[in-house]
Amino acid sequence: MHRLLVPLVFMILLPLSAQAVEPDEMLADPVLEERARVISKDLRCVVCQNQDIDSSNAGVARDLRLLVRERLLEGDSNNQVMAYIQARYGDYVLLKPPFKPSTYALWGTPIALTLIALLFGLNIVMRGRRKSALPELTEAEERQVAKFIDNEKSGDPS
Amino acid sequence: MKRILAFAPLVIAVIFGGFFLWGLNPNRDPSEIPSVLIEQPAPEFELAAVEGLETPGLSRADLTGHDRPIVLNVFASWCVPCRAEHTVLTNLVERDGIRLFGINYKDKPKDAVRWLANLGNPYERIGSDLNGRIGIEWGISGVPESFIIGTDGTVLFRYVGPVVGDEAIAKFREALTQAGALEERNS
Repeated sequence: MHRLLVPLVFMILLPLSAQAVEPDEMLADPVLEERARVISKDLRCVVCQNQDIDSSNAGVARDLRLLVRERLLEGDSNNQVMAYIQARYGDYVLLKPPFKPSTYALWGTPIALTLIALLFGLNIVMRGRRKSALPELTEAEERQVAKFIDNEKSGDPS
Repeated sequence: MKRILAFAPLVIAVIFGGFFLWGLNPNRDPSEIPSVLIEQPAPEFELAAVEGLETPGLSRADLTGHDRPIVLNVFASWCVPCRAEHTVLTNLVERDGIRLFGINYKDKPKDAVRWLANLGNPYERIGSDLNGRIGIEWGISGVPESFIIGTDGTVLFRYVGPVVGDEAIAKFREALTQAGALEERNS
C-alpha cells in the first residue's frame, strides 16, 4: 500500500507546483521578484498570444521575463519596464490595451451597448405601464356590459 | 419615428453581416501582430560573428548605406522551416542580386557552422545572437523572420515565418519590388 501511496501523492502534487517561471530566473530580492511577477502577468506572450508571459513556456516569453527582471535590477519602475517592452512589441504585448483614439471603439462598445439595452428595456416597461392605464368605461357602456353578462348567465343567446 | 425604427433590424443585420464577412475573410490572419518597427529606424545593435565562421559579425551600421534596400533574415539551425526557406533566400541572392544579412538566433555556433557548410552561405554578414536579446530589440516572436531595410536604415517590411511556397514568395517579392530592392520583371 505504501509503495503505491508515495507515487500517488507525488502524481497529485507535482503538477500543482509546475509553473513557467523557473528557479534560475527568479531574483534573490523577494520584493523585486514580486514586482516582476506582477509585470509579467500583464504582458502578452507573442507566441501563444492569449497567455501572459508569466505562465508561458515559450522561449521568447522566458527571454522577456529575464528582460523584465534585468530592467528591475537596473532600477526601472514598473511603468518604465512596461514602456520598454511596449516600445519593442507595440500595444499588442499589453494584455490591457491602452485607452486612446484607436481603442475608443474597443473600450466604448460595451458601455454603449449597455446604454442602448437599458433604453430599450426602459421603453418597453414604460409602454406596458401606459397600456394598463386605459380610460374607464362610461355609464352607458357599463350598463351594456352588465346586460351582456346577465344574458350570458341566463343562457339567452340574443 | 416608427418608420425609421422599422429599419432597425435591417441595419443591425447589415452591421453584423459585415462584421462576419470581415471575420470570414480567408486572407485575414487573426494571430498577426502588427510590428511597431515598420517605417521606424532599425534598432541599434552590435553582434559578434558566429564563432568558427569566416563571415563577419553584424551591427546596425552594416545595414545602412547600401545602394538598394537589403534583407535581414533571422534564422537558426534548429529551426526546421529555416531549412526550407534557405533555398528561397539563396535564390534571391544568386538570381536577383538581393543583399542578405543574417542574425543567427539562439544557436550553438558549432551547429550554425555545420548548417551553413551543408546548405551554403548566402549571407554577407551574420551576427550571433546567443541569448536572443537582439531578437527582442527587433520584436521577433520566433524564427524565421525577415525584414526589408531601406538604405537609410528604416524598416520597410516584416515577414513573420518562412518565406516558403508560391504565395509567400510572391508576397515577399512584391514587398522587395515596392521597396526598390528588386527590378520589376515582366516575365
